[in-house]
Amino acid sequence: MMSWLPAPSDFRADLRAALEAPDSVERLRKLSALSRSRLGYLETLQLGRALSRISGEEAPGFSQARLALLASSTVDHLVPALRVAGLRHKLLLDVHVGQYGQYRQELLDESSPLHQFSPQFVLLSLTAREAIAGAPLAAGPAEADAIVGPTIEELRVLWRRARQALNATVIQQTFLNVADPLFGSYDRLVSGSPAQLIARLNDHLSEAAAADSVLLLDIARASERDGLNAWFDLARWLQGKLEIAPQAAPMYGELAARIIAAQRGLSKKCLVLDLDNTMWGGVIGDDGLEGIVLGEGSARGEAHLALQRYAKRLGERGVILAVCSKNDLATAEAVFHEHPEMVLKRSDIAAFVANWNDKAANLQHIAAQLNIGIDSLVFVDDNPAERARIRQSLPMVAVPELPDDPAHYTRCLAEAGYFEAVAFTADDLKRGEQYASNASRQAALASSESIDDFLMSLQMSVVAGPIGAVDLVRSAQLINKTNQFNPTTRRHALEEVERFAASAQCLTLQFRLTDRFGDNGLVSVMILRPDAEASDVLEIDTWVMSCRVFGRQLELEAMNTAVEAARKRGIRTLRADYIPTPKNGVVRELYPSLGFTAVPDAPAAEGASRWILHLGDYEPVKTHISRRTN
Amino acid sequence: MTEQEILDALTRILRDLLADDSIVLTMETRRDDVDGWDSFTYVNFIAVAEMELGVRFSVTDVESFENVGAIVSQAQALRR
Repeated sequence: MMSWLPAPSDFRADLRAALEAPDSVERLRKLSALSRSRLGYLETLQLGRALSRISGEEAPGFSQARLALLASSTVDHLVPALRVAGLRHKLLLDVHVGQYGQYRQELLDESSPLHQFSPQFVLLSLTAREAIAGAPLAAGPAEADAIVGPTIEELRVLWRRARQALNATVIQQTFLNVADPLFGSYDRLVSGSPAQLIARLNDHLSEAAAADSVLLLDIARASERDGLNAWFDLARWLQGKLEIAPQAAPMYGELAARIIAAQRGLSKKCLVLDLDNTMWGGVIGDDGLEGIVLGEGSARGEAHLALQRYAKRLGERGVILAVCSKNDLATAEAVFHEHPEMVLKRSDIAAFVANWNDKAANLQHIAAQLNIGIDSLVFVDDNPAERARIRQSLPMVAVPELPDDPAHYTRCLAEAGYFEAVAFTADDLKRGEQYASNASRQAALASSESIDDFLMSLQMSVVAGPIGAVDLVRSAQLINKTNQFNPTTRRHALEEVERFAASAQCLTLQFRLTDRFGDNGLVSVMILRPDAEASDVLEIDTWVMSCRVFGRQLELEAMNTAVEAARKRGIRTLRADYIPTPKNGVVRELYPSLGFTAVPDAPAAEGASRWILHLGDYEPVKTHISRRTN
Repeated sequence: MTEQEILDALTRILRDLLADDSIVLTMETRRDDVDGWDSFTYVNFIAVAEMELGVRFSVTDVESFENVGAIVSQAQALRR
């Protein structure tokens, strides 16, 4: 398990060095570096203990989250694993473990320690035993449904409870299928067999989770891949009622941390691929188009092809693809244009860098060109020296430790789980196309006389409206993923966005931008909420915009729209906060540039500023964006 | 592995689990003799000892180990 992480060089020495670090920032940096290496169970416990000495205030740049782990088995051994994996994903997790088997009572009782803890995430870790106990072997399909039905319905009640009373995002663990074969292979044909009942439980669970927008922690899938014995150890179950085997704990933490990180917008966004000996066998500059190994008929050629196919599928689900190679540009691009076995086409690659410069500099260039954070890159390279160089100079870039054999490249990348998702929207499907049309826009910009000419030539139009039912998933995704154009960086789970949208006191807006090169989709969301004291004031709780449409005047048109909508409600003042983060510098001057004035001495967090706009003074700004009503 | 090597390995594991390098285990040490060696730490101790020594103790062993010496000799028997 966790083969994509490099082995630690000297765990004990590194841990000691971290603990002896002169200050907490340095300590956390060293502990983070350790968390990005392949750790066993004991090492995970040790690192978890070291981490427990660090408090949230000492962790700038880390996203903090409170996670409640509610279980019907012993889960204390998972806590260090969760915190260590969190660290790997830039999360500082505060974990509350519910009383063994008391999750129902704790969720229902508003004075319970769980409610006092006020978790942002609730992870339900339940065994299947209770659900299928006493089921008759003779149960037919309908009776089997009736056996698993009540368990699922009860879970749905608990999910609703966690959301409504705690305002938490719910993560439900799938059921480990620990049942021993009773009839053998024939188990699958007997709906009342224990193994088949648990399988049915998981089927119904995924349907219910999809219907209720609950996230799943799919350990059933993980145990199919690694083998049940890797995840479940009967000796530990008997000894201490541990359902997750200690040796699987680090992976358990990793799978859970990925989901929380994804919810917080910390998943990776872009896959950067090396070319020679990564995308094909051999070196194009030496071996030439005929000499490189790629495609059907050779095991090695098919291995590289498999990686290309996987990258292509990632592109289809919205991951941005880029190339970073030490090659002459023309030579490298020629393979994409001319090699008949290439699955990836030049048009699939949003940023293509082939030169003889240092790869660290090139990765920075790629991030800048795509307008995404350097920490949203994954860099895949067969060369251990290049990997080590990037890990050292750009520790925020994820670099999977590819195995020597190209046969396993794809599996290694896939298991690293860099692109964990918590939603899949129509916008994801179109992202590749959108980045490609961005290249056309850049070309248009280069040939324009002025920015004004360029913006006019784009023939932009916007459709604005409140967040409707169809916009919810994409709106929540944008709110939770956007780090740059995000003055407050407040994250709201889907159900919170739904609540804002349904509230008559709140004003929600979403914006879709189209131009002559294509439809950019839903690219900006605003949530304005009422002020507790003054009924004619609205506060901009959240305003996010996709980095794809920066510099297109959409913020001006969005503010025109917001002011117009607010005026209709009799609002006289808009208020807004800017809370600086390492990533949202792009909106530091946003509010003054829109005509807001600073509120001096406003009570605010450190470094934050407060701004107001008197709507009486506001003149709509003229832009090159026309308004459409669908 | 000799008895002493196994004893050293177990000592290191318990020190790591409890983050206490002053712990000294002998063949006669019992769980009650070590501060913090509670039942949860014992589960972890057995799990890690199994991983590091490459053995599986039976449920009977795990319930009946009287002292560290019993663990050492059973580990050695299982490794033969």
